[in-house]
Amino acid sequence: MGVEQKLGNMGVVTTTLENTVNWARANAMWPMLFGLACCAIEMMSAQASHYDMSRFGMELMRASPRQSDLMIVAGRVSKKMGPVLRRLYDQMPEPKWVIAMGDCASCGGVFNNYAIYQGVDEVVPVDVYVAGCPPRPEALIHGVMTIHNMVKGESFKQYAEKYK
Amino acid sequence: MSQIEEVSVAKFKHLVSERALTGETMLLNMGPQHPSTHGVLRLLLELDGEIIVSCIPDVGFLHTGIEKNMEAKTYQKAEVMTDRLDYMNPLGNNLAYVMAVEKLVDLDVPARAQDLRVILTELQRISSHLVWLGTSGLDLGAMSMFLYCFRERELILDIFELVSGQRMMTTYFRPGGVWRDVPVEFEKAVRDFVKVFSKRVDEYETLLTKNPLFLDRTMTLGRLDAALALSFGVTGPPLRASGVEWDLRKTRPYMGYEQYDFNVPTRKEGDVYARYLVRVQEMRESLKIVEQALNKLPLGPVRSDNRKFVPPPRSEIGVSMEALIHHFKLWTEGFPAPKASVYSAVESPRGELGVFLEGDGGPKPLRVHMRTPSFDNLAVLSQIVKGCLVADLVAILSSIDIVLGDIDR
Amino acid sequence: MDKKLEPIVKAVQDKFGSTVEEFRNEVHMLVKPEQIMAVLTLLHDEQHFELLSTMTAVDYYPQSAPRFHVIYQLTSLAKNLSLQVRVPVSGDIPKLPTASGVYNAANWRERELLDMFGIEFEGHPDPRRILLPEDTVGHPLRRDYPLGYEEPQFTFNFEEVDLGKPYAKE
Repeated sequence: MGVEQKLGNMGVVTTTLENTVNWARANAMWPMLFGLACCAIEMMSAQASHYDMSRFGMELMRASPRQSDLMIVAGRVSKKMGPVLRRLYDQMPEPKWVIAMGDCASCGGVFNNYAIYQGVDEVVPVDVYVAGCPPRPEALIHGVMTIHNMVKGESFKQYAEKYK
Repeated sequence: MSQIEEVSVAKFKHLVSERALTGETMLLNMGPQHPSTHGVLRLLLELDGEIIVSCIPDVGFLHTGIEKNMEAKTYQKAEVMTDRLDYMNPLGNNLAYVMAVEKLVDLDVPARAQDLRVILTELQRISSHLVWLGTSGLDLGAMSMFLYCFRERELILDIFELVSGQRMMTTYFRPGGVWRDVPVEFEKAVRDFVKVFSKRVDEYETLLTKNPLFLDRTMTLGRLDAALALSFGVTGPPLRASGVEWDLRKTRPYMGYEQYDFNVPTRKEGDVYARYLVRVQEMRESLKIVEQALNKLPLGPVRSDNRKFVPPPRSEIGVSMEALIHHFKLWTEGFPAPKASVYSAVESPRGELGVFLEGDGGPKPLRVHMRTPSFDNLAVLSQIVKGCLVADLVAILSSIDIVLGDIDR
Repeated sequence: MDKKLEPIVKAVQDKFGSTVEEFRNEVHMLVKPEQIMAVLTLLHDEQHFELLSTMTAVDYYPQSAPRFHVIYQLTSLAKNLSLQVRVPVSGDIPKLPTASGVYNAANWRERELLDMFGIEFEGHPDPRRILLPEDTVGHPLRRDYPLGYEEPQFTFNFEEVDLGKPYAKE
């Protein structure tokens, strides 16, 4: 993570640079294709022409974790899939963000039983939770816009603390 | 959570050829997260160069424990879980479960409710085939199919939202009929859709049916012979594309299907192209059924009035003591079912969707088993990909049309 | 009962002594575990029941004899008939002969029954778990296996549940 490591916490000196970096990160965030179940269909609907997500910079979905920076966990995560999810999250390069889309990814949803993780935050740390079963494409786009606002408000100080 | 375990080839010794053990062929993992596997399916491929020698599917990455969870809920509440099984066809799953419950407790369904059920199920069939066509085209590289199909699907999802408030997981069919009557805009919306859609299907056909690239990639590929298909329990479009004319809507009519005039498309070749043609023709036949059902939609109640199983309307509760008591019993306890079992099957876009329901005299089911078509349809994959290239595997897999929620339940 | 089904059911009853029940126009036959392979072979080869629609099991815990009923739902396309064959089995790890020689569809269905109920099938070519991870202990669809229910988090027990949840570290 070049810029943050080299410059560290320099306070007000780096604000314009921060703005540029955040603007670049937010406007061209590529999601990783991680559709598991029903929410994946609404994610595909959001990507299609009616509710176009390309307007927000998410032109295409990369299947490879090495080339993406946003993971939208869309669907229910079973106990067999948990290690796979964690491994893919570890393979994504920093900076990365996670959206838990739908009720099953946020809290286990309708399924309160032995086979489903009660919330995907038991496996990976989550930044934004989008509720709904399945959430409408507009709700997903609202979640994406929330992440963009979060990213635009980030500063080098946060990253410098993490990698001290 | 358990860690990922490393296994050696010896574990699959009985499933791969001997050349894998000597290292002559390579074992490749087409993992659970893959753009072309239509969900979380893991395929272990034994490759000789680019040619597949054997293919071992590994399922269970979406296992949700729905069958066990349904045993812990009453019959009405368990219906919510059926929506999420085959998530391309939630109304069809609702129909299968609700028909099984009605068969078990011997509940009648009024004519208007039957008609509405047929219209919405056929619209759901069209929307499921549209997603199949879109993702199938995407897998083979025809990305514009995806955008066109999802444009039409939005029209159908708007109709579902008009009727029940939800785009996908509607739970609109209830034991005894449907949840509530359709609004006045329903008829106009469906008629507009019917007018627009038949021309759109012709548009899709001009894109793919005579396209030499598509023909090259799909003809004579993944041939499935009828005897093999029946022995593996394959039903639905893959079976009909192999020459067997078996469609539960014609052979065991339910919900009034015997009144409608429609054909069952069948082809003899059994390859990927035949399955494509069968499904595209099915979309046209479904449209015919929707139009006929809409023309004969009768007036009347939309839910049975047997108050032991169907809750009374809110307006009655304030004035009638029996209505209040029925409402109370149904909400706190649920209705009891006899100590017997039924098996009831419908034709889903993927094949025979059956529900085996066993009651034990109480308000909660003793056992609910969903006979899902994708489970048996996927088992035949390992037989029909031998000798193909990896790119052909993608085409064959998308032509079988599996949904992982169906397989793993 | 359907006219075409009557002679078939009678033939099986006479040859194997099975009991027959009818409910809502369906025919359920109860067959002993030793006879099941002969019954399935008869129905598949001679009576043209080509399709094994489904194969499942029911657990009647706490009743222990029989504890499970294994159910075969057969469909005949040629004659348009349906028949349900039930086999009562007991014991902690019940054993039955495999039907995958007669119907290939039984291959994966028997793996599912092994996984979910713990019923073993002798002679099965690939006895592995299918839906659950390989290292799972126990068989979830048995009625003495707990549901794995998590307490819903309301405002009065918010902290308790929060402390018990295994949140992921970075």
